[in-house]
Amino acid sequence: MNLLIIAIGAALVNNVVLSQFLGLCPFLGVSKKINTAAGMGGAVIGVITISSAICSLIYDFILVPLDLTYLNTIVFILVIAALVQFVEMFLKKTSPALYEALGVYLPLITTNCAVLGIALTNVQNGYNFIESVVAGFGTAVGFTIAIVIMAGIRERIEFNDVPESFQGMPIVLLTAGLMSIAFFGFAGIL
Amino acid sequence: MNKCVERLYNGLIKENPTFVLTLGMCPTLAVTTSAINGIGMGLSSTVVLVMSNLMISLLRKIIPDGVRMPAFIVIVASFVTMVQFLMQGYLPSLYDSLGIYIPLIVVNCIILGRAEAYASKNPVLPSAFDGLGMGLGFTCAITILGAVRELIGAGTILSTGSSALVTIPESVYTPASIFILAPGAFFVLAMCIAIMNKIKAKHGMEPAQVPDYCSKDGSCDSCANTMCGGKAFAEEKKQA
Repeated sequence: MNLLIIAIGAALVNNVVLSQFLGLCPFLGVSKKINTAAGMGGAVIGVITISSAICSLIYDFILVPLDLTYLNTIVFILVIAALVQFVEMFLKKTSPALYEALGVYLPLITTNCAVLGIALTNVQNGYNFIESVVAGFGTAVGFTIAIVIMAGIRERIEFNDVPESFQGMPIVLLTAGLMSIAFFGFAGIL
Repeated sequence: MNKCVERLYNGLIKENPTFVLTLGMCPTLAVTTSAINGIGMGLSSTVVLVMSNLMISLLRKIIPDGVRMPAFIVIVASFVTMVQFLMQGYLPSLYDSLGIYIPLIVVNCIILGRAEAYASKNPVLPSAFDGLGMGLGFTCAITILGAVRELIGAGTILSTGSSALVTIPESVYTPASIFILAPGAFFVLAMCIAIMNKIKAKHGMEPAQVPDYCSKDGSCDSCANTMCGGKAFAEEKKQA
């Protein structure tokens, strides 16, 4: 039950993009088409779930016993950068089709602040290994939901007559603001 | 010396990281609930930018090309950790209100972007000034955003908890607290960029800035610069 609350809280109530503002660069940049948005979402789900698992293990079994917790930012970002490289190499060897689909998004994920943000919030909230993995997965699902909805709306906006000054970024930000209000509705769930 | 002044102007106005390049959106939207938070976040990012640009420029001939990204990240992360400790020690209240966004300065794309695009190719002094210009441009932008959100959402300017520079009494204006919450961040930034676009259109300025990292092969779907919207690529193709 506790795990379910963590997952729903991470995915909907505290949506990573719309209420915590993490991972905004891909959310605004890679949301022009539903296909690419879903691809990015898939890559993010994989990387965030694995990285929150590994960061949680490293924190509990290496940094805490050695009293090096103050190094967590440096260690986590290196782990994430290395992990993204490994995932890329692994996909290239084992599943070329998946690599074709996700390849372009993987390098972008290193600088996706959601990945590092989740690793750090897990530590801050004192989550154990299982809780960290569930929180990571839930967060990534929340990111995917938000970016796919956004891409769907943007495909429609293409056909609308947007005032010249609002074309591009401003109209996307206004849409994100309205989505953010809609996601407030989930606050009643928990 | 001219070069240094030119770098400052470039960062503050011509290539303002927030309003023109739309980089570093996460801290821009997240911490601008008040002007003080904006100043705190902006100045700490500026310190990290100047120091990391300085260090990377010094080491630019030593770092092998193949591992330059991890090397840059470690340098930036070290400076961020230092800033984090200094802030925790000397400005604990600001440290609490910025929270997780301080360690996240590491993944602010402005910092790695400047390291990659400028500091790794240029001498030390211009690199430091480039960092300073970009940092101050970022600080100004998020302080303005913070001040607007604070004014509309809480009816104060530069409030520090107990005292404020300007306070609008409740009887005159009832604060719309949605502007302090998440949606307000999106709305205010959208308005600011729209106003910038309007001003640029009026003066016949080029609306799109070619980002430094543009691959110019039409792969715009995976580019984060929505202000450009493929215009850089189209221009390139026209000239060819």
